[in-house]
Amino acid sequence: MVFPSLLAHPTITVTGLHKRFGATTALDGMTFAVRPGQVTGFVGPNGAGKSTTLRIILGLDAADTGEALVDGQPYRALRHPLRHVGSLLDASALGPGRTARNHLLWLAHSQGLGARRVDEVLETTGLTSAARRRAGGFSLGMRQRLGIAAALLGDPPTLLLDEPFNGMDPEGIIWLRRLIRSLAADGRAVLLSSHLMRQLEDIADRVVVVGRGRVLADAAVGDLLTTVSDGRVTVRPVAPMAVGGGEAEAAAVAGAGALDVATAVLVDGGGSVLPAGDGSLVVAGLSAEAIAALLGRHGVPFSELTAHRATLEDAYLQLTEQAVDYRAPAVADRGVLPADAR
Amino acid sequence: MTAFARTLRAEWTKFRTVRGWVLASVATAALIVAFGLVPGMRGSCGKTGPGSECRLPVGPGGQEVSDSYTYFHQPLSGDGTITVRVGALTGLLPGDDPNQPRHGLAPWTKAGLLLRAGTVQGSSYAAVTTTGAHGTRLQYDYTHDLAGQPGGPGQPDTSDAAGGSSGTGSAGPRWLRLARTGDTIRGAESPDGVRWTMIGSARLPGLATTVQVGLFVTSPQYSGEVHRGLASGAFGGPSQATGTFDHLAIAGGWTGTAWQPDVVGGERDAVGDQLDGPATGAESVERVGDIVRLTGSGDIAPAVVGAAGLGVSLSQTLVGTFVGLIVAVVVGCVFGTAEYRRGLVRTTLLASPGRTRVLAAKAAVVGTVMFGAGLAAAAVVVVLGQRVLRGNGVYVHPTPTLTEVRIVAGTAALLALAAVLALGLGTLLRRGVTAVTLAIVLVVLPYLLAVTVLPAGPARWLLRVSPASAFALQQATPEYPQVANLYTPVNGYFPLAPWAGLAVLVSWVAVALAVAALALHRRDA
Repeated sequence: MVFPSLLAHPTITVTGLHKRFGATTALDGMTFAVRPGQVTGFVGPNGAGKSTTLRIILGLDAADTGEALVDGQPYRALRHPLRHVGSLLDASALGPGRTARNHLLWLAHSQGLGARRVDEVLETTGLTSAARRRAGGFSLGMRQRLGIAAALLGDPPTLLLDEPFNGMDPEGIIWLRRLIRSLAADGRAVLLSSHLMRQLEDIADRVVVVGRGRVLADAAVGDLLTTVSDGRVTVRPVAPMAVGGGEAEAAAVAGAGALDVATAVLVDGGGSVLPAGDGSLVVAGLSAEAIAALLGRHGVPFSELTAHRATLEDAYLQLTEQAVDYRAPAVADRGVLPADAR
Repeated sequence: MTAFARTLRAEWTKFRTVRGWVLASVATAALIVAFGLVPGMRGSCGKTGPGSECRLPVGPGGQEVSDSYTYFHQPLSGDGTITVRVGALTGLLPGDDPNQPRHGLAPWTKAGLLLRAGTVQGSSYAAVTTTGAHGTRLQYDYTHDLAGQPGGPGQPDTSDAAGGSSGTGSAGPRWLRLARTGDTIRGAESPDGVRWTMIGSARLPGLATTVQVGLFVTSPQYSGEVHRGLASGAFGGPSQATGTFDHLAIAGGWTGTAWQPDVVGGERDAVGDQLDGPATGAESVERVGDIVRLTGSGDIAPAVVGAAGLGVSLSQTLVGTFVGLIVAVVVGCVFGTAEYRRGLVRTTLLASPGRTRVLAAKAAVVGTVMFGAGLAAAAVVVVLGQRVLRGNGVYVHPTPTLTEVRIVAGTAALLALAAVLALGLGTLLRRGVTAVTLAIVLVVLPYLLAVTVLPAGPARWLLRVSPASAFALQQATPEYPQVANLYTPVNGYFPLAPWAGLAVLVSWVAVALAVAALALHRRDA
């Protein structure tokens, strides 16, 4: 199904959510929107408030202040909620004694749907052969599939999936990534929560990064990468006579001279240059194309020219560095970029 | 479909897809039926050949009655009046040692004037009588009882066992007068034969012109409770009384035939001797000059079940209810707490965000299931259980059809509401073991204690305030204040009227559901 009429409007809007659990502030002004036709990644370290936000969107928890609307209404006001939002919060939240099919059957009945729809989602999630087994005996991966089947039951325009890859085998992960992409391609809004940025690479169109109950960044993936990347380029100059052969030898003899020449050329050209110590230079302030043109004009040969490409992981680590509550020291040392580089 | 209908359907699907719950619901009914049909009780009615069938006399209202007394009477044709002085009333009571009767009067020992349509047991009557401990009374047609002045000629029974107490009116001889006008009987009393006080009047519809009128004495089955430490029990047996009458005077349409002594009921009645009235063998009529002395044993009153009566009521067939109730309560609890075992409640509330609606749907599902189980079980047991008991020679008091319907539907309601109460507790407490324990302590334990170890007072109190009050719905035979009896739960008597008992349980359910709904709304799922 395609939902063209919904393309323009967000299906979920979260505005200024605050929530305290005793002395702990779980949410501190959480605000974002989920749009149709996109996979929105929802990332943050453990304890950042992702699950609490999802639970408030779904009417399970009440916010102290702020509001979360689904298709313009609070979740609790929806007449057929599973036809508006399918969600997977906790794959284990089921009656262990019921079969997978019966679990889906009572959910279907709660939405005025019949057994035929149950069989369809069992098929979609590859659970048909396990439909009459007790769900309590399922592996975590199968329970995740069952949870996704439940989320798809009402054919909803919006899906909220909290850590759906947990416990899945590689085959399951590939299947689920494809499914999520196809759901978004149908025009559905998918909010995909994860504490691992890597899982969102190549799947999320947009990322909402949260920490300490607030949104740290809410941007298209491309924009986020540009923000993080500071435009540095690594260049490895070589001695002129070595061009065309015997590079290792040439570098050993005349490398230092080439570095000096290249540095001079690039500084004159407006860049700032740092020797990396391994025979290469890190250049800032000039694009890779400008560096190539400058060096070419001055006859400085080079064997490598690499623009830094920031990963989502880099962006995430940079954004969450200060927001992480508990962090192992080894991780702190790993910072690729200074925290103020943003 | 409305939101509630969808939620209801979902909860029903949830219930029926857990095999344990379905089996337990069937077990609820099966246990009640099994307990009701297993031949546990034995009697001798119809077991010792022809003529041993048990039959109680039936009164004008169709109810079974006791009708045994010593009578000194003659016919009265048309209107007339009879006056007498009851000079003394003495008696013998059973003690807790059966071989040692003691002197005393049962509270409802009677000596006075009796007008009857005939001496056939169960016929219409009116009596003006002194009693052992309840002063002067005008009683008629077995179930009607009007109080006159307290006090009288009897030596009030002062033992604390049966609640006998001396009246506040003057002790000593009492004059009684009974006047017939058409089918209306008026009763009056006097301390001295001069100052008369009207007690009241009775109408005996269709009373024949010629009736029997005279003096009577009777003294009912006497029963008391014994408590020794934690053990409690009952003792009882026939009592007898001797009334001394003088100043007998008649006026009006008397036929002039001689006074005729009669012992009605008791051992001389070939058919009813097993059931009807305790015969002590001491019944007698003596007349010395103007003084008439009657010794009698028995009662003229509605028949009751228990220590002062014979046989059992229909309630006996439902003895297994408490076992079924335990299962019903467990199912109700677990239907609530299962939501919390693995966080199923979150999935439930995602599908049906209306929390009160979810609770109401769950209550409707488990209530309906248990109502159905109770209805089926009670219907089977009430019909077949009576046959089994009668087949075993146990006398079962017949029950009017409407009462049977109330007992069957009431048993179903008891199971249904108890299960819903348990659901509320389960939802509130969220932990299966805690909730099941509390529900059983609230619903089943009071009943069990009341029918086993508890003395009558605390037992009756428990069955007035606890959810087990609704067992009153199973009461088959009414309790009569004019019949001293051990009206105990084990005999099928409950302290509250059926609907009052139901109302107590309904109140518990309402409070439990309201608190559970509030908790559901307040807490994050």
